Amino acid sequence: MTQAMTGAKMVVQALKDQGVDVVFGYPGGAVLPIYDEIFLQNDIRHILVRHEQAAVHAAEGYARSTGKPGVVLVTSGPGATNAVTGLTDALMDSIPIVVLTGQVPTFMVGTDAFQEADTVGITRPCTKHNWLVKETDRLAETIHQGFHVATSGRPGPVLIDIPKDVQFATGDYIAPPAAKTGHYRPQVKGDVEIITQLVEAMETAAKPVFYTGGGVINSGDAASQLLRELVEATGFPITSTLMGLGAYPASGDKWLGMLGMHGLYEANLAMHGCDLMINVGARFDDRITGRISDFSPNSRKAHIDIDPSSINKVIHVEMPILGDVAHVLEDVLRVWKARGRKVNKEGLAKWWTQIEKWRAKKCLRYTNSDKTIKPQYALERLEALTKGRDRYVTTEVGQHQMWAAQFLGFDDPNRWMTSGGLGTMGYGFPASIGVQIAHPEALVINVAGEASWLMNMQEMGTAAQYCLPVKQFILNNERLGMVRQWQELLHGGRYSHSWSESLPDFVKLAEAFGAKGILCKDPADLDDAIMEMIEYDGPVIFDCLVEKHENCFPMIPSGEAHNKMLMGEASTEDAIGSSGAVLV
Amino acid sequence: MSALKIQKGTSKHSAYDLRDPNLEVTETHTLAAIVDNEPGVLARVIGLFSGRGYNIESLTVAEVDHTGHTSRITIVTTGTPGVIEQIKAQLGRIVPVHEVHDLTVEGPSVERELALFKVKGSGDKRVEALRLADIFRANAVDSTLESFVFELTGTPSKIDAFAELMRPLGLVEVARTGVAALARGA
Repeated sequence: MTQAMTGAKMVVQALKDQGVDVVFGYPGGAVLPIYDEIFLQNDIRHILVRHEQAAVHAAEGYARSTGKPGVVLVTSGPGATNAVTGLTDALMDSIPIVVLTGQVPTFMVGTDAFQEADTVGITRPCTKHNWLVKETDRLAETIHQGFHVATSGRPGPVLIDIPKDVQFATGDYIAPPAAKTGHYRPQVKGDVEIITQLVEAMETAAKPVFYTGGGVINSGDAASQLLRELVEATGFPITSTLMGLGAYPASGDKWLGMLGMHGLYEANLAMHGCDLMINVGARFDDRITGRISDFSPNSRKAHIDIDPSSINKVIHVEMPILGDVAHVLEDVLRVWKARGRKVNKEGLAKWWTQIEKWRAKKCLRYTNSDKTIKPQYALERLEALTKGRDRYVTTEVGQHQMWAAQFLGFDDPNRWMTSGGLGTMGYGFPASIGVQIAHPEALVINVAGEASWLMNMQEMGTAAQYCLPVKQFILNNERLGMVRQWQELLHGGRYSHSWSESLPDFVKLAEAFGAKGILCKDPADLDDAIMEMIEYDGPVIFDCLVEKHENCFPMIPSGEAHNKMLMGEASTEDAIGSSGAVLV
Repeated sequence: MSALKIQKGTSKHSAYDLRDPNLEVTETHTLAAIVDNEPGVLARVIGLFSGRGYNIESLTVAEVDHTGHTSRITIVTTGTPGVIEQIKAQLGRIVPVHEVHDLTVEGPSVERELALFKVKGSGDKRVEALRLADIFRANAVDSTLESFVFELTGTPSKIDAFAELMRPLGLVEVARTGVAALARGA
């Protein structure tokens, strides 16, 4: 069934038909017809951000915390270019978002018109796919196709550029069932032959480990459930990347903690020493592998991934399984059960004894203080005082992000939103807004550093306007902590531009936006201050003054192997060689 | 010609069947991609090569199915076996790409390129140019009293050889189409 309507009305109708209930955006000349249609209806809620980058991060927070695609509406030119960082962030972390941009009218495209930019050209490498819609008749189908591409296979951001004359013109609207979505249909079922090889390897492995990633969370709740079932049934230890936290519960006894550059000792040594590595929806990122030639040298490796280009990109694997995590894990469980639920009990028992020895190192130990708040202590208290609540955590990027990953435990997927691949400072605050919009009753906390937080601080206006009770938990060390740490390790302690000069008074800043500000600098006051933050019904900036020179450990120095970790008290002098120094 | 299985999700070909990934030997492969003929599709393919640091030796593109709106892009590229497998996998995940074929490993194939050569000269050199053109089965498609334009079709190495011979005989300009290739047999 087709129905005649204007392009602008079509946009709103297509979003409704896709089940969209909220759009994050910022108006401008080239999207005014769409904003007019938004004004004339009540089904879709529009959240006005204060900067287009924040609209995209908010949509990412919404998407990660709900599993549904996030939607963004911005204008042409600067509106579109401001969205580029968010698009790249979503591409790196495989987050489904649909960005609609206005464009100058088709007859002015190419004339360097006011607020014209080659949006599809600029965003081609930072979207999964993008479209410039030149005819109103093609608009509805393109939007439906955009949702299909964003959410199918490996999810990602798409962008649809809509010239203003296309918004004004009348065309035929096509509803989703009739709309063609193209040939794009990624394979979801894995090859049973290789799945059987994996099961055979699981039956005999003496030192197996599950290495899981964001793909488990992207695959949906069923994937997390199947992963838990498989881990409990086999008794294999499990670790996860930063992106995959929560897929397996942090309270589970098979949980080794996060792996990677700032991962736990037991997790990294298990990866290094295992004889069977089962990669479930992770991508052998350089934060994980360290030095490639020394990466888990004695293991057979299986890799479950829906993206063929992820397989054998970095690490060669013997058992590549192309498919969706949930579909593949279901088959793995089915085959493993049918073959008699065998595991190498004797080998596993020895393996766990070894792992317990590594665990006994207590790699997250730190020296506490009763004078200054240690950032680790602040997060331990935050964890203790918020655990068991309906809690969502976002982060900015840097030391605080790694400490949050180490000290906060997630028992469910979609509860942890962080910028992993791109490492975008300024992600966490707008993301927390997106999460809070999706979960109005939940406790949403952005664990931040003061420098990252300032990158999108204008969003205080959004939080205040919509009365969003987002808690901005700022570990304020008046430093770019991770930059400072690297300068200490690599550049002789010459702290070039890595301190936060001229910081605002965060309490007054909060009050200026009509929000609540809390300052805490004494460890003895911390619990009460955190409780005050939690109990306040509205946005809070929590300025937690922490130790200024704390380093984040454990750490695998760049260019080193997993078994060359620096622990908290270790001497860090000359820890990174010249070959490591060129890496990031 | 059978399509690489990467799109259909089985695990017997392409990215899976990596030869020794540490092998640093560079190989030349001819790839063919069937793509939707839509705006920007060539930019996506070229952007992939430049963005990820892959080589393009030759690239040709034209619509091959007018009703289905599909084009065929033929790319000659060089890289280690690992890089070639990555290129195929990365091409395969571009949304408007339907199929990717590696003609170099999928069996025997034919490769042809068309080139035009402008040769300027007189006297013996002019006679010699015409004689060599005859040997190479090149056609003179334009002639004046002091120049010829020869049209030659063949493998890239045949075209290279002809260009070498024409250079001392007054070669002034060359235009080459790049490689078009198809698998042999049905």
